Amino acid sequence: MATIVDGFEGELKELREVFNSGKTREASWRRSQLQGILSLFKERESDIMEALNQDLGKHNVEAYRDEIGIVIKSANYALGNLKKWMSSKRAKLPLASFPSSAKLVPEPLGVVLIISSWNFPFGLSFEPTIGAIAAGNAVILKPSELAPTCSSVLANTIRDYLDNSAIKVVEGGHHVGEYLLRHKFDKIFFTGGARVGEIVMTAAAKFLTPVTLELGGKCPALVDFISSSWDKKIAIKRIIWGKYGVCGGQACIGIDYILTQKKFAPTLVELLQKYIKKSFGDNPMYSHSMTRIINKKHFTRLKGLLEEPGVKSSIVYGGKSDEENLFIEPTILVDPPLDSSIMTEEIFGPLLPIITVERIEDSVEFIRARPKPLAIYGFTSNEKLQKKMISETSSGSITFNDSIVQYAVDTLPFGGVGGSGFGRYHGKYSFENFSHQKAVMMRGYLIDFGFRYPPWNNKKLQLLKSGLRYDYITLVFVKLGLKGKA
Amino acid sequence: MIDDLEMRRSVEELRLTFKSGKTRSGDWRKAQLRAILRLIQENEDTLFRLLQSELGKHPVESYRDEIGVVKKSADHALTYIDQWMSPKKGRLPLVFFPASRKVLSEPLGLVLIIGSWNFPISLILDPLIGAISAGNTVVLKPSELAPNCASFLANILPSYLDPKAIKVIEGGIDVSNQLLQYKWDKIFFTGSTKAGKIVMAAAAMNLTPVTLELGGKCPVIFDCLPNSDLKVAAKRVASGKWGGCAGQACIGVDYVIVEQKFASTLIEQLKKTIKIFYGDDVKNLKNFSKIINKGHFDRLRSYLEDPAVANSIVYGGSFDDTSLIIEPTILLDPPLDAAIMNEEIFGPLLPVITMDKIEESIEFINSKPKPLALYAFTKNENFKKRILAETSSGSVTFNDTMVQFVCDDLPFGGVGQSGFGRYHGKYSFDTFSHEKAVLERSFYLELEPRHPPWSTFKLEFLRSAYDYNYVRMLLLLLGLKRPSNP
Repeated sequence: MATIVDGFEGELKELREVFNSGKTREASWRRSQLQGILSLFKERESDIMEALNQDLGKHNVEAYRDEIGIVIKSANYALGNLKKWMSSKRAKLPLASFPSSAKLVPEPLGVVLIISSWNFPFGLSFEPTIGAIAAGNAVILKPSELAPTCSSVLANTIRDYLDNSAIKVVEGGHHVGEYLLRHKFDKIFFTGGARVGEIVMTAAAKFLTPVTLELGGKCPALVDFISSSWDKKIAIKRIIWGKYGVCGGQACIGIDYILTQKKFAPTLVELLQKYIKKSFGDNPMYSHSMTRIINKKHFTRLKGLLEEPGVKSSIVYGGKSDEENLFIEPTILVDPPLDSSIMTEEIFGPLLPIITVERIEDSVEFIRARPKPLAIYGFTSNEKLQKKMISETSSGSITFNDSIVQYAVDTLPFGGVGGSGFGRYHGKYSFENFSHQKAVMMRGYLIDFGFRYPPWNNKKLQLLKSGLRYDYITLVFVKLGLKGKA
Repeated sequence: MIDDLEMRRSVEELRLTFKSGKTRSGDWRKAQLRAILRLIQENEDTLFRLLQSELGKHPVESYRDEIGVVKKSADHALTYIDQWMSPKKGRLPLVFFPASRKVLSEPLGLVLIIGSWNFPISLILDPLIGAISAGNTVVLKPSELAPNCASFLANILPSYLDPKAIKVIEGGIDVSNQLLQYKWDKIFFTGSTKAGKIVMAAAAMNLTPVTLELGGKCPVIFDCLPNSDLKVAAKRVASGKWGGCAGQACIGVDYVIVEQKFASTLIEQLKKTIKIFYGDDVKNLKNFSKIINKGHFDRLRSYLEDPAVANSIVYGGSFDDTSLIIEPTILLDPPLDAAIMNEEIFGPLLPVITMDKIEESIEFINSKPKPLALYAFTKNENFKKRILAETSSGSVTFNDTMVQFVCDDLPFGGVGQSGFGRYHGKYSFDTFSHEKAVLERSFYLELEPRHPPWSTFKLEFLRSAYDYNYVRMLLLLLGLKRPSNP
C-alpha cells in the first residue's frame, strides 16, 4: 500500500525554496531558532513532561535529566559557539604555492531529514535539529509514532516556536517513513535500529545522500573486583542507573549485560539486589522511578527472552511482569546460555544478564568476539586493564567507572562504529555533521611556474620533482642552471 | 570467473592479520609508508612507461599528477603520523569532576579501496597511504580499464608491502560486484556517479560507511581580465582542461562561462595556448594523453553528432580512431539541452557558454548538480564573495585550476552529486579511522541528584547543573537555597 502524505511534495518544495533564498544561512536566523528551542523547552516544560509520562511513564525528574536539561544545555552550547563554528578557518599552504591563501568555509547541506526514535522522543529529535539549524539547513523532522503523545506535542510546539517555513514535522508510522525516503534530501540523520538503518541507507543510495546512522548494540559493562565499600556503593548505583534507571533499559547506550569474575559475581548480585530495592522500593512499578515498556510488542519480546530454555532458570532476581501496565521489574540473570536470544540480540529492557569469567581479562576477548557496540563500560581502577580495554576493543565510546554520562559531554563525539552505526554528533560535531566544509584556494597571477605547463622537457621534470618535494633549494639551483639533470 | 571461495579466503586472511594487532603498531605503519616511497622511487621508469603506453601520458605529466603526488602524500604521512596517532586530551565541565576525557583514533579494520582508470596509480596509492596510516588492512581493486597498471600493482606490491595485510585483487565488474557482497569496515570509492550508487546500495546491506569521490561538471567562471593576466589565466584553464589526462579528470575543467563581449578574446588566447602546449596536428599532438578506450572515444564523438553542437565548434574537432586521440576542441555556445551540456564530458571538448553579464553564471551553475570543483578567474572581490556564498561545490579555486589537489591541508571531496567524504593529508587518516571517545571517571565524588528516588530538590539541582550554574548548585547542596518549585 503506497502512502501519500497530503501536501508533502508542496511542503518539500517550499523548504527548498526557502533554503535557496538564503534565509537559513543568516546567523540571525539560526540564533533566533536556537532561542526558539530554548523558549519552547522553558515554557512548555509541563506539556513535555506530561507527554513523556503518558507515553513512557517517565517521571518528571528523569524527563528533565535525560531530555529537557540536555536539550537546553546543547542549545546554549550551540548559541555560545555559533560564531566560531560559522567562521572560515585558514588552511596551511606550502611555500611553493606562494602567493596563495586557502581556507575552509562551512556551508549548509540544504534540506535535511531527521528521523528520531521513541525512547527519548524529545532529546533525540532536538539534539540533531540543533546541529542542523546551527549549520544553516532547512529541516524535516519525522518523530517516532510509537510515542504518539510526544510526537503530537513535538509537532505542535515546533509549529508554535520555530520558523514553519524552514522547519517542519511530519508525523506517522513506517509507511510515512518509507514515503519520505522516496524523496531527495541533502542529508539523512537516523536514530534507531539496524534493520531500519539498512532501509534508510539503501533508500539514500538512490540519491547519493550522505547519512548518519545512530544505531545500538549490546553495550557491555565489565565489572572488576572492587574492594572499598564506598567505591562499591557508587559503582553499583551507576550500574543500576545505566541499566534500569534510563528509560527502563530502553536506551542505545544503556548497559546491556555485565561481565565479571566468577569469584565476584555473588557479591555483585547481592549489592545489586540491595540497591535496586533502595532505588525502586519493594514495588518498582509504583515507585515511578522506572519507565514502563513502550508497547505490547516490545513487552512480549522481552518476556519471550526470559522464556527460552536455560534462560528462565538463570534468573536470580526479579522476572515478574505486569502486562496491563506494560511493566517488567528489574531482573538479574546469571550465566544464561550464550546462544540464547537474550545474549545475541540487543535487549533494550530491564533484564540484566551477568556473564561470569575466570579472569576479568577474559572479558576483553568476549567483547571483541562480538559486534562493535555504541558504548563499552569498565568499572575498574586497574590501569592495565583500562589500557587493555581501550586498545583491544572497539566501540563508539568507552567510559570508565560510570555509565551514560558521556552523552552529556559536549566536547566528546557521540556516534557508533561497525554495527553500531557511523557518523557522529553533539557539540561542534553536530554542526559539522550537517555542514560541508568547502575548500577554498585563492591564487594570484604574480608568480607562475612555467614548469607546470607543457611542452615538457627534463628541466621541467627536475623542477617539478623539487617543487613537489618542497625542496626549495634544488628548485632555485635548477632554475638558475646550477644543477643539471640527475 | 574468479573463484569466490579463493577470494573470500584471501580476504579472510587480512581479517586475521588485523585481529592480531600487527597493523596497529606505529612502526609497522611507518615501514609500509617507507616501502611505498621505495616502490615509487625504484620503479619510476617502469611507471612512466606504463602510463605512457596505457594512457598516452608524458612522463612529466605522470610525475606531476601521479608519482609526485604519491611521494608527497607518503612523506607527509610519515612526518605527521605520530601526531595523528596520539590521543587528543581535553577539558571537561566542572560538573563532571573528577574525570578526564580524550579522543583516540583507531583503525576501522578491513577496508576496500576501489580506484579509477584515469589516474590508475595515484587513485589507488593515495587512499592506501591513508588506510595504512590509520592502521587498517586493505584490499585494493584497481580499475580494469587500465589493465597494465592494475597488473603492475598486483605484481609489484607484494614485494614491497606486507602481503598479509595489503592485497590487490584484479578484475572487472563481476569481481567488483563480488567484492561488494563481502563485509567491509569501510569502502573508499573513486569513480562515476552511476557506479557510486551501486557501491552505496551494496554497502547498505552491511551498514558499511563509504566515501564516494565522484565527479560532476566542473565549471570555470571567466571574468574579464586585464591583458597582463589573461595569458597566465588562459594557460591555467588550458592546463586544467587538457593537461590532466586530456580532460578525463574528476576535477578537470568541464566547461567555461564567459561574458559575451570577452568570449572571442578568451578563445583566441586559448587557441594560442593549445598550439604552444600540444601543437595543432591531431596525428602528431605532443604532451597529450589519449582517450582510455573505444567506448569512451565513441561516447565523446557522439556528443558532436548533433548538428547544432557540431556547428558550434570553433577550434579542433578532429578524431583519430587508431590512436584514440581527440584533439583539443573548443565549442562556442552549443545548445544547453544537448548531452554535452548535461553529462560530465570527461574528455578534451570544451564548451564555452556566453552570458550578458558574468554574474549570471551563478544562477546557471546552481541549476546543475553540485560539482567537485568550481573555478573562477576574477579579481572582483565582491564577485568572489558572491560565488562563495551562493554556490556549493567540493572546492572553489580562484584564478587557477587543479592545484587544490596537491595541498595536504585542504580536504579533497565532493558534496551533493559529486560525492561525500574527503581525504588528503590528515583527512586521509581520519577517513579510515574511528575517533573513539574515552571518558574516565572515578568514585570519589557522586552527585546524588542523578539517581532516584526523585524529589523537587533533585529537579532544581539538575536545572542548575545543566545551566552550569555552580554557585546555585553549591547553595542547594549546602542547604542554603531552597528549591523554588512547588
